[in-house]
Amino acid sequence: MTLRRLLLGLVFPVALLAAWEVSVRTGLLSEDVFSRISRIVPALLEGLADGTILARTYETLAAALFGWAIAAAIGIPLGLVLGLVRPLERLTLVTIEALRPVPSAALIPIVLLIFGFSLELDATVAAFACLWPVLIVTTGAVRGIEPRLLEVGRALGYGALARIWHFALPAALPGIAVGLRVAFGIAIVVAVTVEIAANPRGLGYAMITAQQSLRAEVMYAHLFWIGLVGWLINVAMIRAERHWLRWYWAARGAA
Amino acid sequence: MRAAWLAASVAFAAALVALWQVAADHGLVSRVFFPAPSRAFDFLGEWAASGELWGPLAGTIWRTLAGWLGATLLGVALGAAIASSAVTRDLFEPTVEFLRPMPSSAMIPPAILLLGLTDGMVVAVVVFGSIWPILLGAIHGFRSVEPRLMELARTLRMGRMHRLASIALPNALPEIFAGMRVSLAIALIITVVAEMLSSRPGLGQMILFAARNFRSAEIFAGVFLLGALGYLFNAVLERAERYFLRWRPAVGNG
Repeated sequence: MTLRRLLLGLVFPVALLAAWEVSVRTGLLSEDVFSRISRIVPALLEGLADGTILARTYETLAAALFGWAIAAAIGIPLGLVLGLVRPLERLTLVTIEALRPVPSAALIPIVLLIFGFSLELDATVAAFACLWPVLIVTTGAVRGIEPRLLEVGRALGYGALARIWHFALPAALPGIAVGLRVAFGIAIVVAVTVEIAANPRGLGYAMITAQQSLRAEVMYAHLFWIGLVGWLINVAMIRAERHWLRWYWAARGAA
Repeated sequence: MRAAWLAASVAFAAALVALWQVAADHGLVSRVFFPAPSRAFDFLGEWAASGELWGPLAGTIWRTLAGWLGATLLGVALGAAIASSAVTRDLFEPTVEFLRPMPSSAMIPPAILLLGLTDGMVVAVVVFGSIWPILLGAIHGFRSVEPRLMELARTLRMGRMHRLASIALPNALPEIFAGMRVSLAIALIITVVAEMLSSRPGLGQMILFAARNFRSAEIFAGVFLLGALGYLFNAVLERAERYFLRWRPAVGNG
C-alpha cells in the first residue's frame, strides 16, 4: 500500500521532468531559458563534488540558523511573559500588530545600511521574520495552559521564575516546538530571499550570478538543491519534534 | 473596558515612537541608521504632496493583488481537483509537499530568464510564491467534507458541479480564507523583492534606491508605508472573512 502510494507520488514529478527534457530536445522550449535535466543533474553533481554548492549552503544555513536563534531567544521569553501576564499582552497588542505586517523584505535596505553585505544582514532580516510565529505561538501556548497547573505551582511554594521553568515552559513546549519548526523554514526562505535581493553570499546569490551569466543549468541545479535542502530540513524537524516530544503525546494518549 | 485597553495599547505604541523621536533628537541613536521618525513622516508628506508617491504605491498594490488573486483562483481550482479522489491525492500531494518549503524568491531568477524584467515576471513569481497556503488549505478543506453529506447529495441526484459549489466549497471556505490571509502577506513580500530586482517602479525599487544613496529617512518612510499596507490588507481580509463566514456558528480564530 505505502509502496503503491510512493510510486504514485513519483509519477507526476518524473513525467514532468521527462516532458521538460523532451520539449527542450525537440526545440519546443528554448534551451537557453530552460536548460534540460540531462545538463542540470551533471551541473548539480559537479557543484557538489567541487564543494562550491556545499560552501554556499553552509553560508545560507549558518545565517538562517543565527537569525532563527535570535528570534527564539527573544520570542520565547517574551511570549512566556505576555502569555502569563494578560495586561502586558493587551498593552503591547497594537505595537505587535503594527510591526508584524511589515514585509521582511522592506527591512533589507535599512539592515544593509547598518551591517553592509554580511551574514548579519541575512540573519537580522530572518530574525525579524521568524520572531512573529515564535512569539505568537508561545503566547498562545502559555495562555492555553491549564490554570490549575500554575495554581498547583503556587500552592507548592514555587517562586515566579521556578513556576515558569517547571510548569509553564514544559506545558507550552509542544506549541513552542511547532512555532520553532515553522520559524526555521521561514528563516531559510528569508535568508535565500535576502541573498537574491541584495546580499552577495550563499545559495541565493549563486542563483542570481548563474542567471546573469546565462548559465541556466547551474541556476536550475541550485534551484533543485534549495528545494531538496528545504524539504529535508522540514522532514528532519518533524521527526525530531516527534522524537523529543513523545513523552507529551504518550501522556496525552494515556489521559 | 475593551476600549480602555485599546487606548492604553495605542498609547504604549505612541510612547515607543516618541521615545525613538527623543533618542534621535538627542543623538542617542545614530541618525544615519535610525533617523527621527518625524523626518520619515515629513518625507511621506512631501511625496504625497508632489505626487511622486502614487505611481510606485499603485504599482506595488496592483502587482501584489494581481498575483494574489491569480494564486487564489489557481489554488482553489487545483485544490478541488487534487482533493477530488484518493488517486489524484496520491499523485500530486507529494509534489505539493516538496514544493511548499521552496523559497518562492528562488523562482525569481528563472522567471527573469523566461519573462525578462517585466510586470508579468513579478506577477508570475507572486502567483507561484503565494499559492501554497491557499492550495494546502483548499486540499484539506475539500477533503474534510462530511462523507454522509456527499452521499446525501448523491441520493438527491445533485450534479458534480452543484455538489462542489453548494457543499464542498462552503466547507472548504474557512481553510481557504486562512490560506488567503497568509498568502497575501507573502504576496506583498515577494512583490517588494521582485521590484528590488526588476527595477519596476514600485515601493521595493524606491526603498532600495534610497538605500543606495544612504537616505535612511526615505527608507523608513517606505517601510512605514509597506507596514501600513500590510496592516490594511490583513484588516480588510479579516473583515471580508467575517462577512463571508458569518453563517458559521463560531469562527475559531482569536
